[in-house]
Amino acid sequence: MKVAISVNGRQVEAEVEDRLLLAHFVREVAGLTATNIGCDTTSCGACTVLLDGQSVKSCTVLAAQADGHEVTTCEGLAGADGRWHAVQQGFHAEHGLQCGFCTPGMMMAAVSLLAENPDPTEEEVRTGLEGNICRCTGYHNIVRAVLAAARDGQPAQEAS
Amino acid sequence: MSIMGTRVLRTEDPRLITQGGVYTDDLRLPELTGAAYVTIVRSPVAHALITGIDTSAATEMPGVVAVLTSADLPAPPEDADPTAEPLLAADRVRYVGEPVALVLTESRYQGEDAAELVSADYDLLPAVPGVEEALTGETLLFPGTENNILGTGTAGEGDETRFDGCEVVVERTVVNQRLAPVPLEPRAMAAAWTGDRLTIWSSTQNAQLARGAIAGAVGLDPALIRVIAPDVGGGFGAKVAVDRDAIAVAWAAKHTRHAVRWIESRSENLVGMVHGRGQRQTYRIGGTRDGRVLAYHLDVVQDCGAFNRLGVFLAQLTVLMAAGVYDFAHAGASFRAVATNCTPIAAYRGAGRPEAAAAIERAIDDFAAEIGMDPAEVRRINVVPPDKFPFTTATGATYDTGEYAAGLDRVLTVAGYAELRAEQARRRERGATVQLGLGMSVYVEITAGDMAGETARVVVDDSGAATVFTGSSAHGQGHHTAWAMLVQDELGIPMDSITIVHGDTDAIPEAIGTFGSRSLQLGGTAVVQAAGVVKEQARRLAAEMIEAAEADLELDTVRGTWQVRGDPASALGWGQIAERAGPDGLAADARFNASAPTFPFGAHLAVVEVDTETGKATLVRHVTVDDAGRILNPVLAEGQRHGGIAQGVAQALLEEVRYDADGNPLTSTLIDYAAITATELPSFELVASETPTPINPLGAKGIGEAGTIGSTPAVLNAVIDAVSHLGVRHIDMPATPEKVWAAINEARAGR
Repeated sequence: MKVAISVNGRQVEAEVEDRLLLAHFVREVAGLTATNIGCDTTSCGACTVLLDGQSVKSCTVLAAQADGHEVTTCEGLAGADGRWHAVQQGFHAEHGLQCGFCTPGMMMAAVSLLAENPDPTEEEVRTGLEGNICRCTGYHNIVRAVLAAARDGQPAQEAS
Repeated sequence: MSIMGTRVLRTEDPRLITQGGVYTDDLRLPELTGAAYVTIVRSPVAHALITGIDTSAATEMPGVVAVLTSADLPAPPEDADPTAEPLLAADRVRYVGEPVALVLTESRYQGEDAAELVSADYDLLPAVPGVEEALTGETLLFPGTENNILGTGTAGEGDETRFDGCEVVVERTVVNQRLAPVPLEPRAMAAAWTGDRLTIWSSTQNAQLARGAIAGAVGLDPALIRVIAPDVGGGFGAKVAVDRDAIAVAWAAKHTRHAVRWIESRSENLVGMVHGRGQRQTYRIGGTRDGRVLAYHLDVVQDCGAFNRLGVFLAQLTVLMAAGVYDFAHAGASFRAVATNCTPIAAYRGAGRPEAAAAIERAIDDFAAEIGMDPAEVRRINVVPPDKFPFTTATGATYDTGEYAAGLDRVLTVAGYAELRAEQARRRERGATVQLGLGMSVYVEITAGDMAGETARVVVDDSGAATVFTGSSAHGQGHHTAWAMLVQDELGIPMDSITIVHGDTDAIPEAIGTFGSRSLQLGGTAVVQAAGVVKEQARRLAAEMIEAAEADLELDTVRGTWQVRGDPASALGWGQIAERAGPDGLAADARFNASAPTFPFGAHLAVVEVDTETGKATLVRHVTVDDAGRILNPVLAEGQRHGGIAQGVAQALLEEVRYDADGNPLTSTLIDYAAITATELPSFELVASETPTPINPLGAKGIGEAGTIGSTPAVLNAVIDAVSHLGVRHIDMPATPEKVWAAINEARAGR
């Protein structure tokens, strides 16, 4: 079938198999590889993108379902002027990433979380990210990164 | 001021958080245009004879390039080791997930379709689903062998460990369960031919070891293979070199002369990638009622899985480190490593040492409970005192430096141990539903134990920029930031003018790579040494250029210039000197091999709440000292500790690879395998501690695995401590609500 999906503001039109996953559409049709695939059971969240502003796991959405909608990926997070999103600033400032594989999905989940709850507690951040697995950081600095992003990307005052 | 020891944010991040990393499956290189996708057909049964494989239906599917089976491989030699592992199963399968055939297709989805049509006939055999069944020897995995034992060994006094003179002896058999490493990027590979050379991109921790393994297995001259490690999405030991599945993919490229690419699914990963741990441990600990431990013995049955990838080696490390941080008069350990019809076991964060620490730290608590003494006090009495280093244990390890009791005391002080005990007493007193448990561990581990050294090359070019070629291989640790800090400190070239190259066998022909927490102490030292040689080359050239004596020259490491001491007007930049030196004129290679391994140590205190009605244990605080010698960058070191702690907590509370009685995996998706999430962890409380080692010039020990080794026993001990007043003495890992609840009820029923 033919789909037309806006990816980071760019209209991508293609003839695709009915069964093509949005994750594969983003990676192989739109050519944006920041969005990673870490499982096949909608468990890990590495493939999280925004669909019309809401976070979805793109391995569990068909490209067909996204037809006519807007998708935002990690590559579309920074401003047009290249200025990093507060979540990106937070992840860097708080060492919220190591291998980087979960990071694009984790950041998109964080963006969605903060859109719903701009001033979350640590507990709310942890609950909000439950669907995203990270094997490197123990989540410690990811939680701090999201809390920093809620403060416009500024690190916390206290040390470590 | 030196940059060493300061909190430098990672130079790796900007790329990773804006465009994402370029992992193997992200490669969009011209060489890989038209590459065939490889799909691996895997055994659906644990143990069976293969009576036939019909590939005809699959071959006729659209887009199929080739379907390969063991019939396409050279026959093994007549005198082959009967326990050797083939690339593709020939006459027998030995675990669910074992590769049986490869399907090469033009597109990814075609591979899934065609693989389903590869029809293998299996004549089922009884399965050996665990170590107990393996030890009976009723079913053998390898025809022509007498039993399922793949290796045995002892350390120290072995089975003869003496317990005479002990007033109290406690003996218990405990489980150190199988774990899945779950790097978030699964295994992946791509390969393409350029003339007669094969370039292989592999998600690996060791490009150079991968090249050697592939060359030997597929029959290609190593000089004709280039292995590149692109960004690697986590490894944790499970991506050391390349394993059988990846070698099979490389062989497919060689056999078909076709470019190929492969990425496994998570469901494949959970049965196809190596697992870790997998020991049945029996400890025996004896001593006096005033808290002195006189003797300790550990007997290990190591589950190797279906083949001995690394199982025997892991058990060797466990017995070497069996005595932990303690100065016991008598200590010994023994092991048997056995084959089972399960996924092969190899390195996973800690690799043999967490198993040793889990056993001894559980045994100490068991002993403390038996004599009714605070477990912190028992540890203080028995740890190796600071004045005994270097200290050689009864099981044969020589520890370099350690402050074991001090580490424990710092953790207890920061945690407020006395107040926590008082709170625990209050909850017990009032019979609170949610009880408090305190668990601790004092651990020591061995890092850079392989003694193979590491390489580095440092080159300064005429723009004044430096390039570092390192044998260490990063997959999240922050080597690029760390190595640039080292070079800036040594040469005064700013970090943003330093490029780090790793993981490419053409650029770095000789190297070992990353495992065993070896990178900074070996690879980092090699970088410093190579930079040091470059510095002396520059000194000679600068002396010629300025027409001054070498001894009168100084390097201003803040400005990155050479000058006659006290005369800034004479200053020469690195670029000017490099220009004089000519191409590769300022360049040096180094290979650093330490004289001995190093032994990081630490202490963890876990505070756990256990709901006695549901059995659910919640980690509420975790306080640690993880002393890895001198710290280069606290940001990176803390990150390693955080990740390590989380994986260790996961073993104590949640994660376990399980099989049913027929060897069918029950945890082959991330729905069933309980990879720990943010909601199951608190923020960690890290206490800084640096006890330098004399073993390398940086004074550094490894930090990658320490957190895992310390946290598992601390958390398990805390869970048991929370319900010990109800009569519970032990709970096997993972301490799931079901197990904790059952232990509480069993203890109550027994009273």
